[in-house]
Amino acid sequence: MTARVGVVIFPGTNCEHDAVLAVERLGASADLVWHGDTTVGGYDALVLPGGFAHGDYLRPGAIARFSPVMEAVGRFAADGGPVVGICNGFQVLTEAGLLPGALQKNRGLRFLCTDVTVRVESSTSVLTTGVPLGTELVIPINHFEGNYTCDEGTLARLRDEDRVVLRYVDNPNGSVDGIAGVCNEARNVVGLMPHPERASDPLLGSVDGIVLLSALLRSAVAGPVEPSVQATVA
Amino acid sequence: MAPTPASFSVLVEVRLREGIADPQGATIERALPALGLSGVTGVRAGKSFRFSIDADDEAAALAQATVVADRLLANPVIEESSVTVSPAAQP
Repeated sequence: MTARVGVVIFPGTNCEHDAVLAVERLGASADLVWHGDTTVGGYDALVLPGGFAHGDYLRPGAIARFSPVMEAVGRFAADGGPVVGICNGFQVLTEAGLLPGALQKNRGLRFLCTDVTVRVESSTSVLTTGVPLGTELVIPINHFEGNYTCDEGTLARLRDEDRVVLRYVDNPNGSVDGIAGVCNEARNVVGLMPHPERASDPLLGSVDGIVLLSALLRSAVAGPVEPSVQATVA
Repeated sequence: MAPTPASFSVLVEVRLREGIADPQGATIERALPALGLSGVTGVRAGKSFRFSIDADDEAAALAQATVVADRLLANPVIEESSVTVSPAAQP
């Protein structure tokens, strides 16, 4: 079965074609979904790609959260559909309350555009299913606000519930506990700052992003995360 | 008779919660010695927003402005806000 991926775009999103191309080259079909749409029917997975949704005005993701499509994304997530937010998409998902925490300005106030090494810390999210724990992946980051922040109680829960999906091997931005990616309780919503679609061809310097995108497509084909499964892993 | 709506001026100040690192404030603080100043500490950067609200009374204006501050202007995960409402100056 071919996975059907919806790539959600807002005014100011700029990584959508990279995301479409990367998943198409892995055998999936992909469409762009406009932020004004009120449904996301017919897709097996959703990707919120990187960029500057609504100009990142106020805070990254703060306005995007009110786009009509976000209600549909919320329903898709609540029904167990795989949702992945990359970079700005991660920021949108935290502002929308679909993921905990927030992304603050980088420590040192530097815009970071560089390859980083991240370690897979959980093999049970929709983005890392079947990927061995401890797998190290070289994937680029490209952000000013990627410094993952949450309160101590939230951090303790994320650790206890195995919801830290990716950690930086060498923390580039001051993220608490070196967190590069997290998932929700049901493990079907994942946000990460690195750009796996930019590490999907030898010409780009790394193909390690394929490990994550392939896992997402496996999750997409497997269908929505069942409530019973959610209960056992939550 | 329904009360006549009046215009109120609103000031919302948003700042990072205590304990949340503020790289912007820290960077500003490190620049101060270049001005020849010493003894300025605890710099915290934030944002302020001004707008007008038509409401029946000041309490109603405050309630509406608080919704705007809590639901949009501040991210409660890392930020807190304060809201000040005053009658708009007459033209």
